[in-house]
Amino acid sequence: MRTFRIGGIHPAENKFAAGKKIKTAAIPKQVVIPLAHYIGTPADPIVKRGDVVMVGQMIGQASGFISANVHSSVSGKVVKMDVQLDASGYKRPAVFIEVEGDEWLETIDRTPDIKRECTLSKQEIVDKIKAAGIVGLGGATFPAHVKLMPPPGKKAEVLIINAVECESYLTCDHQLMLEHAEEILVGVTILMKALEVNRAIIGIENNKKDAIQLFKKLAVNYKGIEVETLKVQYPQGGEKQLIDALLRRQVPSGTIPVEVGAVVQNVATTYAVYEAVQKNKPMIERVMTITGKDAPSPGNYRVRLGTYLSSVVEEAGGIPEGTGKIVGGGPMMGRSLMNLNIPMAKGSSGVVFIREAESIRKPVKNCIRCTKCVTVCPMGLEPYLLMAQSERNMWPEMETNRTMDCIECGSCSYTCPSNRPLLDYIRFGKSTVGGIIRSRTSK
Amino acid sequence: MEKLIISPAPHIHSGDSIAKNMYGVLIAMVPALLASLYFFGLGALIVTLTAVAACVLFEFLIQKYILKSEITIMDGSAAITGLLLAFNLPSNLPVWMIIIGALVAIGVAKMSFGGLGNNPFNPALVGRVFLLISFPVEMTTWPVVDPLATTYLDAETGATVLGILKEGSASLPAISDMIIGNIPGSIGEVSAIALLLGLVYMLIRKIITWHIPVSILLTVAVFTGILYLVDPQTYASPLVHLFSGGLMLGAIFMATDYVTSPMTFRGMWIYGVGIGLLTVIIRTWGAYPEGVSFAILIMNGFTPIINFYVKPKRFGEKPKKA
Amino acid sequence: MITMSIVLISLITLGVIGAVASIILFVVAKKFHVFEDPRIDEVEAALPAANCGGCGFPGCRGFADACVKSDELGDLFCPVGGNDTMSKVALILGKTAVAQAPKVAVVRCDGTCEHRPRYNEYDGVKHCFIAHNLYSGETNCSWGCLGFGDCELSCEFDAIKVNPVTMIPEVDDDKCTACGACVKACPKLLIELRKKGPKSRRIYVGCRNEDKGHITKKACDVGCIGCAKCFKVCPHEAITVENNLAFINDEHCKLCRKCVEVCPTNAIKEINFPPRKVKTEAVLND
Repeated sequence: MRTFRIGGIHPAENKFAAGKKIKTAAIPKQVVIPLAHYIGTPADPIVKRGDVVMVGQMIGQASGFISANVHSSVSGKVVKMDVQLDASGYKRPAVFIEVEGDEWLETIDRTPDIKRECTLSKQEIVDKIKAAGIVGLGGATFPAHVKLMPPPGKKAEVLIINAVECESYLTCDHQLMLEHAEEILVGVTILMKALEVNRAIIGIENNKKDAIQLFKKLAVNYKGIEVETLKVQYPQGGEKQLIDALLRRQVPSGTIPVEVGAVVQNVATTYAVYEAVQKNKPMIERVMTITGKDAPSPGNYRVRLGTYLSSVVEEAGGIPEGTGKIVGGGPMMGRSLMNLNIPMAKGSSGVVFIREAESIRKPVKNCIRCTKCVTVCPMGLEPYLLMAQSERNMWPEMETNRTMDCIECGSCSYTCPSNRPLLDYIRFGKSTVGGIIRSRTSK
Repeated sequence: MEKLIISPAPHIHSGDSIAKNMYGVLIAMVPALLASLYFFGLGALIVTLTAVAACVLFEFLIQKYILKSEITIMDGSAAITGLLLAFNLPSNLPVWMIIIGALVAIGVAKMSFGGLGNNPFNPALVGRVFLLISFPVEMTTWPVVDPLATTYLDAETGATVLGILKEGSASLPAISDMIIGNIPGSIGEVSAIALLLGLVYMLIRKIITWHIPVSILLTVAVFTGILYLVDPQTYASPLVHLFSGGLMLGAIFMATDYVTSPMTFRGMWIYGVGIGLLTVIIRTWGAYPEGVSFAILIMNGFTPIINFYVKPKRFGEKPKKA
Repeated sequence: MITMSIVLISLITLGVIGAVASIILFVVAKKFHVFEDPRIDEVEAALPAANCGGCGFPGCRGFADACVKSDELGDLFCPVGGNDTMSKVALILGKTAVAQAPKVAVVRCDGTCEHRPRYNEYDGVKHCFIAHNLYSGETNCSWGCLGFGDCELSCEFDAIKVNPVTMIPEVDDDKCTACGACVKACPKLLIELRKKGPKSRRIYVGCRNEDKGHITKKACDVGCIGCAKCFKVCPHEAITVENNLAFINDEHCKLCRKCVEVCPTNAIKEINFPPRKVKTEAVLND
C-alpha cells in the first residue's frame, strides 16, 4: 500500500461517526452567512438591509483573485450587515438573514436524479464553478476555480481526488462518498473535462474499506478514473503528501502542485462541483461531522451555511458533560472555537468535543533532542530548530531552514515527548518570515 | 467546564513523555542487568545499586539546593545515567570511586550544562572516562566470571578479550562465550545477546531508530573485516571485535543517547560511522585496549557540527519523475 | 656553557620576533588608521548608555555617530536622556538641540477582568505575539490587551508591568523613558508614546476598539463606542473620531477634561489630576 515517503504519524482514529447516515439539519430561524473565509479577501455584499433573498441567490460578490462568491442558504429577509465572530477567532463581516419559508431559486434542480452528461465547454464549467462560489472543502477553503486555471505554460496531466480524510474523528467525507458515489464520479469527469486531463486518481485511506470497494466497483464505468488504496497515515490529506503518495512526485519547495502536473481537489468539493454544474446549485450547504469521545450521538449532518453551530450541536444532543475544548475541524489542524455562537462556514468540516483532561496541555519540559519531531515532519524540516530560532527571532536563519515549507500539520507538536509547543512558534515564525519575504519582493 | 479552552492546533497529543521514553530504556537494560547479576553476582549488585542511587541522589541534591529548580529525578534520566555508569564499571570497584564517578557524571557532565537536554557529552561516559583516567588500575582489573558470586572487592581477576588481543598473552575465549557473556569485562558489556534483546525492545517501542546502532556495528564489522583479510595473524576477526568489549553496550545504549546524538538520519550515519572507525583505530593502534567510550565522546563533540551542516531530506528536494 | 647558549639563543630569537612583529604592527597601524571624530566619544559619554534603540539607531554609539555627522540635531532625540542630555550633546557639537516635550508610554486599553469578562481560557504559549497570531483574545473584544506581557519582557527599564489582578500592563511614569520598545512589542498596537504633560497629567482614550458601538459595549464596559460626544464637546479641536474610535491629539489637547465628563463609558482616562470637585460645580465653573 502506498503512502507518502517522508515522516507522518498515526493518531488514534476515533471515527465514532463512521457509517452514520447523513441527517439533514433543520433550517434555523436565523442564519449568519460569513462573507470571509479562512483564505482570501472577503466577498463584497450585494444585498442590503431589508432585501428579500431566496435560497441560492448570490449575496456576496468575489473581490479579487483569491475570493469566492457567497450565496444565501435560506430564503428570507436580510436583517442586518454586521461583523460576526467566526471560527477564525476574529469578528468579520457577515450577512444576517431572518428565515421565511424555504423558497429556492427556480433554476436549481432539486431532484435526486443523477445527471451524467455534461455538454458544457471547459470555460463554461470553470465559470459555473466560480459563480457557484465553490471553495476547497477540506478546510483550507481555497477557491476551487483558481486551481482549475493553471498558470500559463503549465499543464495538468492528472487530477487527484483527495478522499483521504486523514484527520481523526472526522467522517463527513467518508459518509458523503458512501451516499453519493455516482455523483462524485460524475463530478470527477466534469473536473477532468475542465482541466483537459484524461486521468484521475481517487486516493482513499485503507480505513474506509467500504468506500474503496464501492468506488472500485463503480469506477469501472468511467474512463480514466482510478481508485488507489492508501496506507492510513497523517497528514496524507495534505496536497503535497497526497501527490507524493500517489504519483511518487514531490512538489518542489515554493511551487504549486501543477508544477509536477497534478491538480488536487477534495472529494466533497467534487460533489459540490457536480451539484453546481449539473444541478445549478451553488455552495449553500455542506456535510459536517459532530463528534467527540463523549458526544451523545456522533453523526454527520447536512447543514446550511450560516447556521449557528449551537443549533446543529443541539440537534446532535448538545455539548457533552466535561467538555474542555470544542474544535472546529479536525483535532490536528482545526481551530478551537471560542463559543458555539459561530456560524457554519464553507470550511467547517466538523465539530469535535475534546474532554477536559485532554484539552489542557501538559507542562513544557526541556528539549531532549529525541529526533522525533524531525522524524515525523512530512516536509523534512527540523521543528526543534525552527522553534528555537523563532523564540530568538532569528528570521533569516528560519528562512534558510525552509520554514515556509511548513504545512502546519501539527505532527511535531503531537509527537513531542516534552510537550513543547513547536508548531505555535513555527507558525509565528512562518507568518513573520512570510511578511519579510513579501516586503522584499514588493520592493 | 466553565470557560472553554482555546489553544493553537494540534488539539491532541500522542501521550508520549520523557518519562515514558526513559523508563523504556531502563526496561531495555533489564536483560543486560540480569545477565550481569548472574555472571558477577554480589559485586554487580553493589556496583549497580550504588551508581543508580548516587546519580539519582546527586541530581536531587543539585536541583533542590544549588539550582533550586524543578526536581526531575522521576523522569528516569538520572537512573539511566546511573545504570549506564554501572554497566561501564568492573564489578569489584570500591563504592567511593563509584560515588565520585556518579558525581562527575551528574554534577559535571549533566547539571552544570543545565540538566537533561543541554549536556553536550553523554554523562555516564564522562563519569566512566573520568574514573578510567583517575584510577587506571582499579578500572582495568576485571573479575573473572563467577556465576552468582558472593565476593565483591576480593574477586578473582582476569584479562578481557581486548586485553588479550592487546597483550597477546593468552588464547581468546570462544565466540559463543562472548555472545552469552561468559567473559571478564565491565558489568553490562559482557552479554551481547542480552544487549541485543534490549535493542530489539527499544526498536519495537520506537524509542530509538536503527540508524546509530546499525551504522556503528556495520562500520566496525567492515573495517575490522578489511584488516582481518589483509592480515589475519595480526588483526582479530570482525566477530571478536563485534562481541567483545563495550561495543554492543556503546552502540545500543550509549551512542543512541537522545541528547548527544545527531538529529537527522544522515547525521546519525556520519556519527555512527565516525564512532565505528574511531573505535577500531583506538582498539587496533591506540594505547588503550578499548576505545568505544572515547570514540563516542569524540563524536558527541562533533554532534553540533553535524546538526549544523547535515539537514534532513527535505520534501521536494529532488523531484523524481514517476 | 650549553645552558648559557640556550638562554642566549632563545633571548635573541624572541627579541628578533618581537622587533619584527612590532615593526609590522606599527606599519599596519599607520597605514590602516581610520580617522574617527573624537567628538563621537565625547557625545557617547554624555548619553545615558542604555543602548535601548529608542532613538532609532543601533545603540548609543550609533546615535552619537549620527549626531556628529548630521548638520542639524532637529530629528535626533534621545528619549531616555531627554532634553538635558540633548542640550549637553548640542553643547559638545556646537549645534542647537530642539527641545521636545518628554513623553511616556500609555496603554490604550483598560479591559480589566472586571470591565471585560473573559469567556475563554487560552492554553497556548503565553506570549502575546503567538496568541495574537491565532485568536483575538479570551474576551469578546478583538482589539484589547491580551495580558501575556510581551511589553513587560521588552522593557529594559522595568517600567511596564502587567498587573496580575487586572491583567493589564501599567506604566511607571518615573521609570519610563519612552524608548518605544513596548510600542513595537505590542501586537495589538495598544501602546502609544504621548506627551508626559505638566505634572504628568494626561488625558487619553483608553481604548483601541474600532468595532461598532454596540459590539464594543457588549464586550467591554469601558470601551470607546465612537459616540463622538467628546468630539463635540472639545473646545480645542483635539479630538477626532474615526472608525468608531476617538483619538485625542496630545499636540492640541489643553487638558480641560470636558471630554472625560461626557464620555458615557469612561473610556477617556485622566491621569494624575487632583480629585474633582462636585460635578455640578465643575460644570458651572467651566
